[in-house]
Amino acid sequence: MEEKRKGAVLFSDYERGSAIKKLRDLSREDILFELKESKLKGRGGAGFPTSTKWMLTAAAKSDIKYVVCNADEGEPGTFKDRVLLMEYQALIFDGMVIAGYTIGAKNGIVYLRGEYSYLLDSLETYLMKMREDNLLGKNIAGKEGFDFDISIRLGSGAYVCGEETALIESLEGHRGEARNRPPYPVNTGYLGKPTTVNNVETFASVTHIVMKGGEWFCKHGTDKSTGSKLFSISGDCSRPGVYELPWGTTIQELLDIAGAENTKAVQVGGASGICLPKSQFDRKLAYEDAATGGSIMIFNEERDMIHIMNNFMEFFVEESCGQCTPCRIGNAKLLEGVKMLESGEYTFKYINKLKELGQTMQVASKCGLGQSSSNAFLSILENFKDEIFNVRKGGNHGN
Amino acid sequence: METKEASRAPVSQKAHIIENKDFEGKIGGTVSIEINEKKVQVPLGTTILDACRKNNIHIPTLCHHEDLCVAGVCRICVVEVEGMRTLQASCAFPITSPIKIKTSTPMVRKARRHIIDLLLSEHYGECYSCVRNNNCELQKLAKEYGVDSYTFGHVQKSKYPVDNSSFSVIRDIDKCILCKRCVRTCIDLQEVGVLEAVHRGHDTHINTFMEKDLADVVCINCGQCINRCPTGALHANDPSDEIWDAIDNPKKHVVIQTAPSPRAAIGEEFGLGAGHSMTYQLNSALRRIGFNAVFDTNFTADLTIIEEGTELILRLYKAVVEKNPQIKLPQFTSCSPGWVKYLEHFYPEYIDNLSSAKSPQQMFGSLLKTFYAQKRGINPEDIVSVAVMPCSAKKFECNRPEMTDSGYKDVDYGLTTRELAKMIKEAGINLPEMPKEHFDDPFGDASGAGLIFGATGGVMEAAIRTIVEFVLGKKTEDVFEKANVLPVRGFEGIKYVELPLGTEMGPVPEIIKHLVPNWDWLKGVTLKVAVAHGTANAKKIMEDIKAGGKFSECHFIEFMACPGGCIGGGGQPIPTSPEIRKKRAEAIYAEDESLELRKSHENPNVVRIYEEYLTDGPCGHISHKLLHTHYKPRGRYIA
Ligand SMILES: Cc1cc2nc3c(=O)[nH]c(=O)nc-3n(C[C@H](O)[C@H](O)[C@H](O)COP(=O)(O)O)c2cc1C
Ligand code: SF4
Ligand code: SF4
Ligand code: SF4
Ligand code: SF4
Ligand code: FES
Repeated sequence: MEEKRKGAVLFSDYERGSAIKKLRDLSREDILFELKESKLKGRGGAGFPTSTKWMLTAAAKSDIKYVVCNADEGEPGTFKDRVLLMEYQALIFDGMVIAGYTIGAKNGIVYLRGEYSYLLDSLETYLMKMREDNLLGKNIAGKEGFDFDISIRLGSGAYVCGEETALIESLEGHRGEARNRPPYPVNTGYLGKPTTVNNVETFASVTHIVMKGGEWFCKHGTDKSTGSKLFSISGDCSRPGVYELPWGTTIQELLDIAGAENTKAVQVGGASGICLPKSQFDRKLAYEDAATGGSIMIFNEERDMIHIMNNFMEFFVEESCGQCTPCRIGNAKLLEGVKMLESGEYTFKYINKLKELGQTMQVASKCGLGQSSSNAFLSILENFKDEIFNVRKGGNHGN
Repeated sequence: METKEASRAPVSQKAHIIENKDFEGKIGGTVSIEINEKKVQVPLGTTILDACRKNNIHIPTLCHHEDLCVAGVCRICVVEVEGMRTLQASCAFPITSPIKIKTSTPMVRKARRHIIDLLLSEHYGECYSCVRNNNCELQKLAKEYGVDSYTFGHVQKSKYPVDNSSFSVIRDIDKCILCKRCVRTCIDLQEVGVLEAVHRGHDTHINTFMEKDLADVVCINCGQCINRCPTGALHANDPSDEIWDAIDNPKKHVVIQTAPSPRAAIGEEFGLGAGHSMTYQLNSALRRIGFNAVFDTNFTADLTIIEEGTELILRLYKAVVEKNPQIKLPQFTSCSPGWVKYLEHFYPEYIDNLSSAKSPQQMFGSLLKTFYAQKRGINPEDIVSVAVMPCSAKKFECNRPEMTDSGYKDVDYGLTTRELAKMIKEAGINLPEMPKEHFDDPFGDASGAGLIFGATGGVMEAAIRTIVEFVLGKKTEDVFEKANVLPVRGFEGIKYVELPLGTEMGPVPEIIKHLVPNWDWLKGVTLKVAVAHGTANAKKIMEDIKAGGKFSECHFIEFMACPGGCIGGGGQPIPTSPEIRKKRAEAIYAEDESLELRKSHENPNVVRIYEEYLTDGPCGHISHKLLHTHYKPRGRYIA
């Protein structure tokens, strides 16, 4: 067992099962009220208010509903869910039980990233223990008629399967492709039933909120981004890893914590996020400013921005599910553009056309992948103009 | 219908995904929305696309198709919805609240143009050498949006080889725009499921199961995917060059039979609206092209009714009177080659339920190279027999190795409606202006019963017209007004009809007297029949039969592989829609009603061929050799 982590919210003390036991004295409305108070937003990246999502699923008319835990963690540079899955199982599973109670579901499913299959045994063992302790199963914690159980399903390895509707398609045994919305999963989700899909960290946050209340949660973070966040820090720094920090922490503060020096650029939010230059390191990590699902990648002065762009675009050309035109072909065109920039054989006119294309992709793609895949391209072009357009002309290709 | 859900299509690929739980109790309600600042009232759950169309606002589409569930993948139909960060695909957005829509903002126009530019950048093909030139949705869009250059380049190299392994369907995936209409057609409309998107990302493309050739998978050749493909990526295997060669060869006697459905639809290729029958104009056009004789497939449709009807009577007699446990009922029709192959693949254990009677096309084929050749004194080797069919599966059918009972390939070429239209145009003929001419002897003009084979329920109606008269000794008109058997008509996916025969039987007609002594054994029997069109509906019936449901008690079931029956066949003019198919069917029923002769057994040429040639009668030895066949259990997995 690793040394216990310390943190203000997520990594604060929690006794396994205690939030579930507390349900005996709480109604669904009580929980929805606390969640609303807490202003908790989804930690998977999109930042949708969790109380709203649960309220909609609770209100949907159906005898059968599902709670799905999104543990696909496919965003490049993100590994914070893995830490929770390895070290804080109680927080996640208790949060799922609370969700089941609140929305009226009897089944929970964890969609576990294929690469995390080595965690399967320990997670199953933990679930068995919960069943033995009546934290899962029938009449949970002695509450008459409160039945809930959790199963774990392994993902197929595609990045897009982290998108909630593609995840549901994959759970149903189909090709991982995003669905049209509306209708939303809260109405028509897994097997056509109302389903709430939440990120691992969201469930973990809920557990703490049920124990300590929404008001306590709001004491952390900013006004619009309450609580704390797990950041997966990688790249050019001496102390990479997962950190719990309050929302509102600036990029510079975070760089200092991670021991980053000579930083040129920070990619906030993984491949689908935006790339910020030094002049913007005073920006806050928060939904209202620089939003992120947790991934922070640090690039120092040695790095070649075109090379970075290239890596991101290659990623999307491969990881697009290939369904819709703007994303399937658009990403390939942007990648071609990167190659042009790399070789120096480009015209400004064409690069401007590609920028417009990137903007179309943001609004016309079918799902979040295509809607965000041009972010890196566009932000690097915008924020690192000088390097990209000047260095190439001189034939200096950096490293 | 109480049959259980049989579809394997993903939930998201089915239309019902649009049904939002929120609608409960609100069905029939309307919602008031704004389109381009104009207030309109639409039924709850209408898609933005439908709402706009109803208000005469044009929105371009590519992946949307009226026959299919939503896909929302091409994104060409995007519009702005106030308050939403992204554009919305209008074909996939059900209206459930009072939204404000804008259909032609700069952002919308730019996005659409980008999408066209992107599709063109990857589109390998040249319009002037493409089957879909002038009838291509991509080409049309490029024109509509004034594309005059390739913004994002244009591929110069083929990426995928053409798959021309199939007798029926050719796949040229270089021209594919990944709208997935074919996938939805095959998996959801037809329940066959041989087409799927494979690989991911930029390498995504449409392929078959295990990426095999189309000829080596369970494709039933129905061509429904072709009819719904917006581009030239899917098309039929066209034999017209070979047919021209035969026509130009003075040694060859080239004959052609025309089926009723192409005649009801071919006018569409010449700018007429759907529902104009061109039967007699076609005769003169075909003669002008150079065919030596023109025949009506309805003649053998009439013959099919006699043979298949007799077979049914014999099956019933053996089952009821002789209590023979080997007899398989219900008897299934076998004139739709797509359906036959479907059954061979998916329900091979029911092969003996299929009528052994050949399809009208193939019956004609074997008679042309035997009876006709003898009568006219032509060496059958020199006869080239062409069949104009609404169907791509007919191409496969005429190439089945068992279809050589004349000693030659019974039918040399199956030609689709579309391909014939092209030949006619190539010959410089404007079909609608041609004079009307009759069919050639010795088969002449046939009955209206054969004619209605073209629409779903038609075979059943034709059979009922004859069975009623054979068994009850009454005029069909006395049982069904104007001899129109309305209960089996219409486009409902599955129709089920009970016909109590009563106790007053007629005499056994001469032509089958040697087979059954009297009709006493049918007294009090209720004839149960069913009709299904589209293999998805066929599947529902087959699953019900397997489970011992009500369809297992039927006596006779008509199956057509294509939605709507032959009028919706895979060789028919493009586009297709429920409305177009309805009009084609109406044309056929109208033509039937205009005829004197409307019952197969009254066709004088049919009566004569039994006297002159098929002398041991229906289901006799000669007819068995020439007009009947056998089938091949294929199974789902092909090595
Ligand atoms: C391409 C793509 C990948 C995603 N991957 C993940 C993921 O790995 N884990 C995750 O929790 N959410 C992921 N999401 C976000 C989910 O769609 C969804 O918003 C989230 O699971 C909802 O949970 P939350 O409200 O708790 O954040 C992804 C979204 C997109 C568009
Ligand atoms: S945006 Fe990309 S990942 Fe999403 S549906 Fe379209 S092609 Fe698939
Ligand atoms: S598919 Fe359409 S756009 Fe493509 S070559 Fe054919 S006609 Fe032209
Ligand atoms: S011809 Fe019919 S069975 Fe074959 S791929 Fe097309 S739709 Fe499917
Ligand atoms: S083959 Fe035709 S119908 Fe199928 S996806 Fe391609 S363009 Fe669409
Ligand atoms: S027509 Fe609507 S997305 Fe294709």
